Amino acid sequence: MNNITRSRLVIATTFLVAILLSILPGPDWAEQFRPNWVALVLIYWCMATPQRVGVGTGWVVGLVMDVLYGSLLGQQALAKTVLAFLTLKLHLQLRMFPRWQQAVSVLVLIASNHLLILWVKSLVGQSPASWTYWTPSIVSMLIWPWLFVILRDVRRRWHVS
Amino acid sequence: MLNSPGGSLHLPSILTRFVVFSVLSVALMMLDHRGQHLEKIRAGLSVVFYPLQIAAALPARTGAAIMDFIGGDRALREKYQRLNDERPLLLAKLEKFEALEAENNHLRSLLGSAERIAERAVVAELIEVSQEPFTRKIVIAKGSSDKLYVGQPIIDAYGIMGQITQVGILQSQATLITDPDHAIPVQVSRNGLRAIVFGTGERDGLAVRYLTSSADIRVGDTLISSGMGGTFPFGYPVAVVSHIVNDPNESFLDISARPVAHLGHNKEVLLIWPTRPTQSSPAPKVDAKTSGAKNARKPQ
Repeated sequence: MNNITRSRLVIATTFLVAILLSILPGPDWAEQFRPNWVALVLIYWCMATPQRVGVGTGWVVGLVMDVLYGSLLGQQALAKTVLAFLTLKLHLQLRMFPRWQQAVSVLVLIASNHLLILWVKSLVGQSPASWTYWTPSIVSMLIWPWLFVILRDVRRRWHVS
Repeated sequence: MLNSPGGSLHLPSILTRFVVFSVLSVALMMLDHRGQHLEKIRAGLSVVFYPLQIAAALPARTGAAIMDFIGGDRALREKYQRLNDERPLLLAKLEKFEALEAENNHLRSLLGSAERIAERAVVAELIEVSQEPFTRKIVIAKGSSDKLYVGQPIIDAYGIMGQITQVGILQSQATLITDPDHAIPVQVSRNGLRAIVFGTGERDGLAVRYLTSSADIRVGDTLISSGMGGTFPFGYPVAVVSHIVNDPNESFLDISARPVAHLGHNKEVLLIWPTRPTQSSPAPKVDAKTSGAKNARKPQ
């Protein structure tokens, strides 16, 4: 197996795990504390391997989420496209940032991602009027440093590039 | 690890791709929002991703199976005992109910109005709950192969849970009555006052809107489905009024209600095929919202 195929496989697997984690049924109260796994993984790969993962990957993963969520087709796809684009634009800065600053950037990226979804939702007339809409972004920020370490180890272990 | 010789990192190309995929997403959203063109595609895709949903449901199922295995014997005994105790009671009730139903049908035939016949019902397993935050939706393991249709009511042993909103081949998605997009026409069982119950997006939150302060509704009133609009059959419990605020500055009462169905605790739901009244013209297939809004404009 050459390097490119292996990289693709590893990246696809992490996305698969992220998708599973985001549709894993859990107790109702825990729902608002579920981090946006897919967005986190997308940000990591866009930052670490921008030559492998980009806007197209974001779109495809977003579309899968749309189908699984049963949301308006294209809603998550658009959000993930924008997220991938912004991360690609910022990937060199993000790599230089200390971990906490990275986490804050992740908060901003994911919150803007959720804001975009909120806009789309209110355009089609279904806006969740609750502050708990924003807790996943904050939880994502708190998870980021740990997820970063895990994904970095994954990347080194299988020489993803 | 940085820029590979292939050099797919040119910014213009990223920008172009970004624009292309964004436009594609927006086009998809418009198509999906406007019409039903994408339902086939969505149904197909959801079959492709069905294994993912099954895989995601696996830990919970395995956990339940292990718990059953460990504490199974005693729990089963207790359950058996409880069910055994309940049975005579239910049978007695059923006897009375059958007599009442016969009487009711007889009276209706005297009045010359349509009869209500017992609905067909099927149990479906719940495979996924509310994945997207702030929508209240569930996925059940039955689809078009079991003749499900969009708008079909789902209930549990206590009351109405919601309606089917997307039918796949093997699984379907249902919107619960607590979803902020859902509305169901009801009436107060005490006096027949008609109203509409809206979802709020909260787990146990329903709102009864568009009732003026002169409306005869009290805390503790049971709201049953009124059968208007044709989506839901008449007479199933929907909610209990839990809180009423009468603010003189507002034109309508602010009424909260609690769903009667156990929305958060079920592993299985009941699908029903309501029989349409035979004599009246077939009920138009409108969703609960539009039909509800119609009732709202002419309050009692």
